[in-house]
Amino acid sequence: MTNTATRERPPEVAPEREGALAGTRALIRFILRRDRIRLAVWIAAIAGSVVLFAASLPQYYTEASQRQARAELMENPGLRAIAGPGYGLDDYTFGAMIAQEFLSWTAIFVALMSFLLMVRHTRAEEETGRAELVRSAVVGRHAQTTAALTVVIAANLVIGLLVGLGLGSSGLDDVPMGSSLLFGAALASIGIVFAAVAAVTAQVNEHARGAAGLSGAVFAFFYLVRAAGDMREIGGGVLSWLSPIGWAQQTRVYVDDRWWPLLLSFALAVVLVVVALRLSARRDFAAGLVQPRRGSPTGSRLLSSPLGLAWRQHRTSVMWWGAAMLAFGLGYGALAGEVERYVADLSETVQEWLEEIGGETIIDSWLAVLALMVGVTVAVFAVLAVLRPKSEESAGRAEPVLATAVSRGRWLGSHLAVALGGSVLLLLLAGLGLGITASAALGDASVVPRLVGATLAYTPAVWLTVGVGVALFGLAPKATMLAWIVIAYAGFIGMFAELLGLPDWTMDLSPFGHVPLLPAVGMRWTPVVVLTLIAAALVAVGLAGFRRRDLTTTA
Amino acid sequence: MDTAISISGLVKTFGSTRALDGLDLVVETGKVHGFLGPNGAGKTTTLRILLGLLRADAGQAAVLGGDPWTDAVELHRRLAYVPGDVELWPTLTGGEAIDLLARLRGGLDRARRDELLVRFDLDPTKKGRTYSKGNRQKVAIVAALASGAELLLLDEPTAGLDPLMEVVFQDVIRRLRAEGRSVLLSSHILAQVEKLADEISIIRLGRIVQTGTLAEMRHLTRTTVEALTAAPVTGLEALAGIHHLEAEDGRVRFAVDGEHLNAAIKHLSGFGIRGLTSHPPTLEELMLRHYGDELAETGDER
Repeated sequence: MTNTATRERPPEVAPEREGALAGTRALIRFILRRDRIRLAVWIAAIAGSVVLFAASLPQYYTEASQRQARAELMENPGLRAIAGPGYGLDDYTFGAMIAQEFLSWTAIFVALMSFLLMVRHTRAEEETGRAELVRSAVVGRHAQTTAALTVVIAANLVIGLLVGLGLGSSGLDDVPMGSSLLFGAALASIGIVFAAVAAVTAQVNEHARGAAGLSGAVFAFFYLVRAAGDMREIGGGVLSWLSPIGWAQQTRVYVDDRWWPLLLSFALAVVLVVVALRLSARRDFAAGLVQPRRGSPTGSRLLSSPLGLAWRQHRTSVMWWGAAMLAFGLGYGALAGEVERYVADLSETVQEWLEEIGGETIIDSWLAVLALMVGVTVAVFAVLAVLRPKSEESAGRAEPVLATAVSRGRWLGSHLAVALGGSVLLLLLAGLGLGITASAALGDASVVPRLVGATLAYTPAVWLTVGVGVALFGLAPKATMLAWIVIAYAGFIGMFAELLGLPDWTMDLSPFGHVPLLPAVGMRWTPVVVLTLIAAALVAVGLAGFRRRDLTTTA
Repeated sequence: MDTAISISGLVKTFGSTRALDGLDLVVETGKVHGFLGPNGAGKTTTLRILLGLLRADAGQAAVLGGDPWTDAVELHRRLAYVPGDVELWPTLTGGEAIDLLARLRGGLDRARRDELLVRFDLDPTKKGRTYSKGNRQKVAIVAALASGAELLLLDEPTAGLDPLMEVVFQDVIRRLRAEGRSVLLSSHILAQVEKLADEISIIRLGRIVQTGTLAEMRHLTRTTVEALTAAPVTGLEALAGIHHLEAEDGRVRFAVDGEHLNAAIKHLSGFGIRGLTSHPPTLEELMLRHYGDELAETGDER
């Protein structure tokens, strides 16, 4: 393959000066046109949720003493790892609280938006071959990367501005406009750095998925680096200063309002962009800097049944989910010892809500809420897993398998087995995680089986969401995505029904509303058995429907 | 049993589109049957019905003596399929995909698998997402040909292969036929079918418009003859079945209907033939007979 390094263009079309960037402006307009909805959704979702969550803070913390109790929790290194380094804990104003607790999780979403959009408009375009058409026109070598960077950086600046203006005009005490704009800038700095990171990973990896995955790994690495620094001491340690997320937090926004740490982020972004452009000049079109890994020339014994294939396809996801659920359980279980003190200082609404759950102690009620969260979260995995057959069918990968001596029931059943079995495994891991640290914190070993039981009690409800997915897949394959509705509804009702005082029947519509809130209340078998039967019926309906219908085929 | 596939009156509609409109087709055991037609004629739909992936709306189809819908799993142990658009699992290597598909069918001939990998020059260690279209097709071809299947259903199997690989493919198919396997080979690449097929069916708008051996079909069509003669040819235009006659001192070129070929050659021999070439009708010409009306409508100059 010959390179385009010495390509010459007619000067009247693209002057030498802008050679490598020729066409950037047109590409920017194209990206904006193509992603006008996607960009708007990202921006509105991120900026909107930050401002709305901030605006809801006074509802939970009516007194300064309640915020101060929250600040004391930050002495727990585990919470600092999740949140931030901990500034202004002596006087935990709303501003200090927003800076400490909002920046880190919002960072996840701005980084995610940034690197997904970057990869989408650079490596993904190259991989699909669409960029080949574009690059054959009067478009410079760096135009696509530059155009994508411009759009993503602009999106981050818009988010930063909206968040700053929104917070600044929210009327919260101790949240002035100037500091709020710094908060927005700190947020944007994280997104911009990870846009630049993705500009580099898009050069390194030949495949869009790989490039996005590598960006995600870089983000996780820097997140953990700052978490380690923040855990070591209140205010952050040396490691906190080795991460762009740490720099954003070290602005000490709303407390000291330092702008200068953002210069570090800016410098890093510039360096990364230069590296990305240099790398892209060195490589061939559509090639990566890293050769794709080779694999086994023969199929292992595992790959001799549909179940083996299904497991192979789901196993990475099961492992990550398993690790995440275990970590979630361990992390939250460790807080069990401090919950009572913390909740006592919270607003009455929250306390009433927890009391209504009916636990003997606040701790039991709180653990029951955690178990419900685990149940709904695992259902997300279950739906993702049960949607797999649909994507296999649409992608044309079901056809070759079903053309072998594999019946439709066996093929679909294999994916079902992973979805159903994987859900049980994840519920078990989350329950174990909760139990291990909670029993340590409370000094009561009996907590372990109680919490494992509490999470496993959600098995039938999770299975029912799987059943809905299978039934849709079998009877109305085009509507399979509707399987998400069960979770969306359950999540909404589970979190807000009691808080908003919705009538009881709204709870009854959600399968998760029928699961006994262990360990706060005793076990009731009837709803669990009924849910299991409904799930089984839905699965049977789905299998029967799939056996009867035409395979949806491409072309 | 002497028929591998027999189909009669097959109908399949998708919404308002009638993809198959009373299709009849018979594939004899141990024969390579060419299934020719342009894109959208219904070739893939037919194959998918034969695989039990789609359900026919009307008509009968029997594959290896069984019903393709109700006996799908049992039949699939005895047949192998190469789809027209091969999609592989992005994270599985080609070798893993071959083994998986072959095992799901009931086993594979490892020696033949390895031989085919070499002959098709396929690297089995690359991941599915890194293969080109041609290499994905090779994966499916190796998986199908390495099995001991009695019947092969091949949907434009070499559309993405280069000419060298196509020769390898033809060679392997001939060997399978010698072993007594039956093949239904769908294609719009006419030269390929011409080289391999014992019998040919031409499908158009969901119906078979013509079926038979290549020789039978050729008999019904014109042969192009070009001759160099010692003396200028005269009187040819008076014979029946002669078309497009062109003559210039000692060289003559014309097309002749199959049934009048003998008379034309006899006539030519009277002028002292010094050189003679004749072209049997190509499959393009066979196809054009059935698509002529469309071509006329679209103003095609061929």
